[in-house]
Amino acid sequence: MATTGQTRTTYGARDHARAQQGVRATAMPKVPPPDGLVWAETVAGGGYTHKALARGTELRLADPTGDACAHVLLFVAGRPWERLNAADTVKVQWQAYLGAGHLLLSDQGRVLASLVADTSGRHDTLCGTSTAARNTARYGDGSPHGPSPAGRELFTLAAAKHGLEPRDLPPSLSFFQGVRVEPDGSLEFIGSAGPGTSVTLRAEQPLTVLVANVPHPLDPRPAYTCGPLEVTARRAAPTAPGDPLWDATPEGRRAFENTAEHLTARGIV
Amino acid sequence: MSTRTAAVQPTTAVQPTTTDDVPTVTDVPARAPWSAVLPAGSHLTITDLHGNQAVDFLVYDAHDHAVRYSAPDTLQAQGGIFLTTGSVLMSGEHTPLMTVVADTCGRHDTIGGACSKESNTLRYGHHTWSQHACVDNFLAEGARYGLGKRDLVSNVNWYMNVPVEEDGTLGIVDGISAPGLEVTLRAETDVLVLVSNCPQINNPCNGFDPTPVRMTVTPAPTADGAGR
Repeated sequence: MATTGQTRTTYGARDHARAQQGVRATAMPKVPPPDGLVWAETVAGGGYTHKALARGTELRLADPTGDACAHVLLFVAGRPWERLNAADTVKVQWQAYLGAGHLLLSDQGRVLASLVADTSGRHDTLCGTSTAARNTARYGDGSPHGPSPAGRELFTLAAAKHGLEPRDLPPSLSFFQGVRVEPDGSLEFIGSAGPGTSVTLRAEQPLTVLVANVPHPLDPRPAYTCGPLEVTARRAAPTAPGDPLWDATPEGRRAFENTAEHLTARGIV
Repeated sequence: MSTRTAAVQPTTAVQPTTTDDVPTVTDVPARAPWSAVLPAGSHLTITDLHGNQAVDFLVYDAHDHAVRYSAPDTLQAQGGIFLTTGSVLMSGEHTPLMTVVADTCGRHDTIGGACSKESNTLRYGHHTWSQHACVDNFLAEGARYGLGKRDLVSNVNWYMNVPVEEDGTLGIVDGISAPGLEVTLRAETDVLVLVSNCPQINNPCNGFDPTPVRMTVTPAPTADGAGR
């Protein structure tokens, strides 16, 4: 953009910068968040976000257009060596497909988050996220500053904001674009359940949450296609004994009990 | 040629072998870890000596351990969950680390991960807490190379049978392996391989009886066609 002359001086540049106040973008956080929320943000397709969340926070991810794909990684805030383990999450619960009631487990036999609501039912625990190499092959570019950013590149940036490095990034989960395993073991991309679905995650420990909103790696569409992701979070309570989820399965109950034992020993509850 | 492969003892440090282009054969005892640095072009054959013995397996770029096996990238690349001949073990940067060049078993798992003391408490109960587990093997062996917990990710389980039902139910079921079956991998770049000969006794992945497996490292062919 050509200069107008206004920014020739520090005083003019300051006035110019401050004049931006109130400008709205299609993808941006609302700060401060609206009443009742602790986080409200729209993440563009190809964008990422991240947040440290208190235990008991309910995080809602919504896909207004049917083209979002929320790739998610979870770490215990401040203790990132305890992190999401996708293999344990599916193996311990004898279930590859995420749905309401599924627990997202750490590698330490504890619950990181509970999937307490799900109106989509089309998610993926197996295929992880996209890479710069594969996006370059498929779309011509996979860099974070390019037109078709890869999920791993965005996770690397989000992780860095929390002092984490690429070696801290395990396989991720993704929401809103489904994959199913055929009887012969092949993977079928079944895509979206349509516009207007959402999932709600309840933080069962203090969490660092990384989110990359990029096309599913098996999405067959030749163009890089990803819609906006609506992120909101509000204070709520962690799952407690007596909640039907606590006793839904013997494996889940032991995961909650391990989590409670750990937090009690640390003096957190 | 100069190669670096595992020494005869399964838990000793990586040592240079002689310059002979002969395979190095190591029997890994039941429940033990093993590791080796394999130059590009060399082959590793894993033999299920007694049948139905899960072999938990991770692979890293020998020169940059942050470039490591990625089960998701491997599934993306091949479009299916089972590993067999032709499967390329991909890194998290979607680059090839090793290729399965021969497999007399038929299929292997990479969605079930490794057993751990911690997950055993969920899967079976707290009475299993004192039992040995693959993650402890990975941690012990990985520490010899400066690897720690952050470096462990979803792994390959050679000879383990994990079907996924139509409703998404999955689990470790009776194996399809048998004594003497083999899988052979070619290193596509210089790699570090970490292995846990799985000690699990609470599910059928080892036929409820962990047994030894054999590791055969064959040097890369030399330029004049010698070697293997």
